[in-house]
Amino acid sequence: MKMSPFDRILLLITGLLAAYQIAYGLDGLPVVVVIAYTTAFGVLLVAGLLLVILGFEILDAPVVVIVSTLIPLSLATGLIWEHLISFRAIYLLFAILGFIAVSLSRLIPMQGKLPPILLAVVHGIAGMTIFLLPIILSISGQTTPGFVLVGVGGALIGVGGLLLAFLKSGKPVFSQKTILTILPGLLFLMTISFVAGFKSG
Amino acid sequence: MNNLKAKFRAYWLLVKSLQTGLLVITGMAGYMSARCPVFNLWTVAGLLVSLFLSISGSTILNMWWDRDIDSKMKRTQKRPLATGQVSPKEALWLGLLLSLLGVGFAAAMDARYGLIIFSGLIFDVVVYSIWLKRRTAWGIVWGGISGGMPILAGRVLGYGGFDWVGVMLSLGVLFWIPTHIMTFSMKYFDDYKAAGVPTFPSAYGFQTTRIAIAVSSIFAALAMGAAAWGIGMTVGYLRVLVVLSAGLLTLAAISVFQPTERVNFGLFKYASLYMLSSMLLIMV
Repeated sequence: MKMSPFDRILLLITGLLAAYQIAYGLDGLPVVVVIAYTTAFGVLLVAGLLLVILGFEILDAPVVVIVSTLIPLSLATGLIWEHLISFRAIYLLFAILGFIAVSLSRLIPMQGKLPPILLAVVHGIAGMTIFLLPIILSISGQTTPGFVLVGVGGALIGVGGLLLAFLKSGKPVFSQKTILTILPGLLFLMTISFVAGFKSG
Repeated sequence: MNNLKAKFRAYWLLVKSLQTGLLVITGMAGYMSARCPVFNLWTVAGLLVSLFLSISGSTILNMWWDRDIDSKMKRTQKRPLATGQVSPKEALWLGLLLSLLGVGFAAAMDARYGLIIFSGLIFDVVVYSIWLKRRTAWGIVWGGISGGMPILAGRVLGYGGFDWVGVMLSLGVLFWIPTHIMTFSMKYFDDYKAAGVPTFPSAYGFQTTRIAIAVSSIFAALAMGAAAWGIGMTVGYLRVLVVLSAGLLTLAAISVFQPTERVNFGLFKYASLYMLSSMLLIMV
């Protein structure tokens, strides 16, 4: 499907928002958190630029599943490292092992349901962390109310991940056209929610 | 009036506005790496005009020299010299005039700045196009050296002399150029072959070329990173540069291990965007 100029503009703004967050939004944070958020927003920045350059066809590349796993995993790791100190080590271990498992399941030809199950578990845990943790922190008063927007971004990343998974499975619940029509706007809203949420938090 | 418009349009095509624009931006970035924010608008205006004139002049002289090649290649068959829209004599004079004006203007601003601009022009037109381009695939190294001259010239004008940051900035562009040109010569492999121009893919094969691109991208990213650090770029901007460099290296690695025409084209486009973004980061 051909990408419209409006989609390209949305994706370019998405990339610029991610670049803004990397340049201005991470100062003063612990090193691990900076690395984690830089990875997440860095993938968003480069992915946004590549989508603008190459169009939706780039989503056919097998490496997309591996790279897109980096966004929720690294964001969730950053959030845990920053706010749930007692879970730091265990979550970091989960993130590293989860990423390796998803990568291997995509690089080595495998039969059966293991690859989609691995993907669902890793994305599911990371996605729920990004969705729930900011909301809980916000409600309990540990962060500002605006931090809830990070949770909104988490919900949107979950929707995006599901849509992409449907697209890759070959049996989409929505048509390919519908998914690709929604995707740029979804990426944009997700990124702006994260940037606004982190700024107010 | 219409004739004048058509002539101007043909001249504009000879200038290769995108390529010239990107090189002018590198010169501006070199200058602003030493003088940012910019206070002297006359110097900046002089820098932009002298770079635009000299780069446009050398581009036209290259096109004049390569007009026989251009008429053999599908990609360039519709260029004004190949179609006869502009005569060779007219292009030669225009190229010489713009080059002379550009170098003269640059030398009048600052002797060292003018000398670097002049060296870039000589490397580009005489060493690369006239001497080496049709003899060896390694000619692009010399083309790369000339490509690194505008940023060095800008740095020297802003800083007031040569320094290691200027050399690094120049090396960043020099190592970036193979990524740009080699991906291009793979995409238009048949065109270059038909015109008898030796390229890396025709001399060493596609896979060796992809490895050369990946190695060159690593050096380009390292040189650009070192220069950014030397300039005193903020940590936040350095992070953005690291991310953009990682994107370049990842694409280069994918083109080595899972090569497709789309990845090659993506790398070509991304490399241009990488250079533009790096320059903007240096300027801001």
